[in-house]
Amino acid sequence: MTDLSIKNLSVTIDENQILSDVSMNLERGSLMGLIGPNGAGKSILLKSILGLIEQATGDITLDNKNLDDWTLKERAQKIAYAAQGAPVHWPLTVGHLVSLGRIPHLSPWQSTNVEDQALTLQAMKKTDVDHLAARSTTTLSGGERARAMLARAIVTGAEFLLADEPIEALDPYHQIKIMTILKEIANAGNGVLLVLHDLNFAQSYCDKIVLLNQGHIIAAGTPGEVLTDQNLEKAYNVKAARIEKDGKSYIIPTELLNSN
Amino acid sequence: MKQIPYARMNIILITLLVLISFLSLFIGTVSFSPAEVFYALIGQADQATSIIILELRLPRVFMGILAGATLGLSGAALQGMLRNPLADPGIIGVTSTASLGAIIAIYFGLSALFPGAIQIMAIVGALVATLILAMIAARDSSVLTLILAGIAISSLATAAMSLAMNFSPNPMTLQDMIMWMLGSLENRTISDIYISLPFIIVGWALHLGIANGLDASSLGDDTAKSLGIDTRRMQLKIIIGGALSVGAVVAVCGAIGFIGLVVPHMVRRFIGYTPGRLLFPSALMGAILLISADLVTRIPFGQGQLRLGVVTAIIGAPLFLYIIFKTRRAMR
Repeated sequence: MTDLSIKNLSVTIDENQILSDVSMNLERGSLMGLIGPNGAGKSILLKSILGLIEQATGDITLDNKNLDDWTLKERAQKIAYAAQGAPVHWPLTVGHLVSLGRIPHLSPWQSTNVEDQALTLQAMKKTDVDHLAARSTTTLSGGERARAMLARAIVTGAEFLLADEPIEALDPYHQIKIMTILKEIANAGNGVLLVLHDLNFAQSYCDKIVLLNQGHIIAAGTPGEVLTDQNLEKAYNVKAARIEKDGKSYIIPTELLNSN
Repeated sequence: MKQIPYARMNIILITLLVLISFLSLFIGTVSFSPAEVFYALIGQADQATSIIILELRLPRVFMGILAGATLGLSGAALQGMLRNPLADPGIIGVTSTASLGAIIAIYFGLSALFPGAIQIMAIVGALVATLILAMIAARDSSVLTLILAGIAISSLATAAMSLAMNFSPNPMTLQDMIMWMLGSLENRTISDIYISLPFIIVGWALHLGIANGLDASSLGDDTAKSLGIDTRRMQLKIIIGGALSVGAVVAVCGAIGFIGLVVPHMVRRFIGYTPGRLLFPSALMGAILLISADLVTRIPFGQGQLRLGVVTAIIGAPLFLYIIFKTRRAMR
């Protein structure tokens, strides 16, 4: 099984090379972190995998079948996506918002049935938004909203889940909770790809990490292989200190390498 | 505001529509008793009653239902697609081009030469706009481009109409033009229905199966696509479907404003904001509103007769203000 495989993906938009020659594999049963400085091309990489970027060139295959050969619906059943700060244009209730994640399983004529509703409730419980089910999304805090959006992606029940900064707006309690859930989803045999900024979460939860800088993969592998001082300096231009506690190592960026 | 379950809302609206449609058969310059209407409907009334009810009022009610439902449906679909509560079928430009077609027919006296000239020319006008939109859509995927094109088409058609009025050969022609533009269901016959029905049916059919796509679109195009929705196809269906059906309605009834804009807002008050669920109830509500407005036009009013477009705007605008005032918190 090659699972979700990306080969020689390049994206050039208006003569700006956003991604160059990116190749990577997302395997079932693994939690992969995608890290890198702002503007490295992380979100574009996620969107390209989803087929949302028209300018993308290269081969993306799902179980050895080119992504273009899957119908939109089949693709949506296999790969779920939680966008970063995605808009909600109407004041939908949280319950309704989350249930939209079942759309890939519905025919154009169907609306959600009892089973879909049960799955929706389950997903809302997972991300701790079930008590908000009847609330309008316009009244939510940033973190509540992010959790509702993640529940919306989880409820699809896809084998691959791509989430763009899913824990960015969350409080520490919910950051740990959501990372634990995502880890569980991966452990249940799904492939999860997360854009993350928190190096410590990446280090402690991810099975693999891809470090992206200026559209290039500069390191990929286990957290230990990727999160080296040298790689961090190269990608982020910062010096990091390491702290050991209870047998675990933590990375704390301490100073800028230069003013550029 | 307490919400009403979807199914119950539709039952209430259908009941209201049936009631108000029957009411429309009784009320007019000549009023009938329920018994007379009933006998006419089963073909047992005297000739005069039969003609008034079967050949004048029944087509008028039927056309009113078609027109109102079209405007309500297209309004709800466009607002959902554009994620904008201010969208209305006029935005795609067909209202103006259909009107221009009619104005041309009046200007050149075609309407006096053969009956149905106005309607046919108006449909041609609507089709021209639809064709232009379809051609633009084939080249460019952005909804914004289509809407801007709609606005441009609309402005051009309005300018051409002004030109025709400017050089109108005589005051009578000018009056005909203005009266036509104010919209009416008066004297609509079965042949008007035959002319417009095919376009209306095709237009409605293009709106089938878009509900889930509209719901998904409320999370933006990227998320909608990631949910398996072909957003471009859906947008094309809504624009072309709206252009065909609204064009046909304008061709037969004249320009009727506000229904497409205000109806989705009325429905949202009762069943919430989910755009896909607004479609069917908005069609029903549009029909109810239009037939009610048509009833108002039958009230004798000074010298002339009230025109439908005037009534829908007079009812619609304050209603719109009221609804916006009531829902402004939710939309924030």
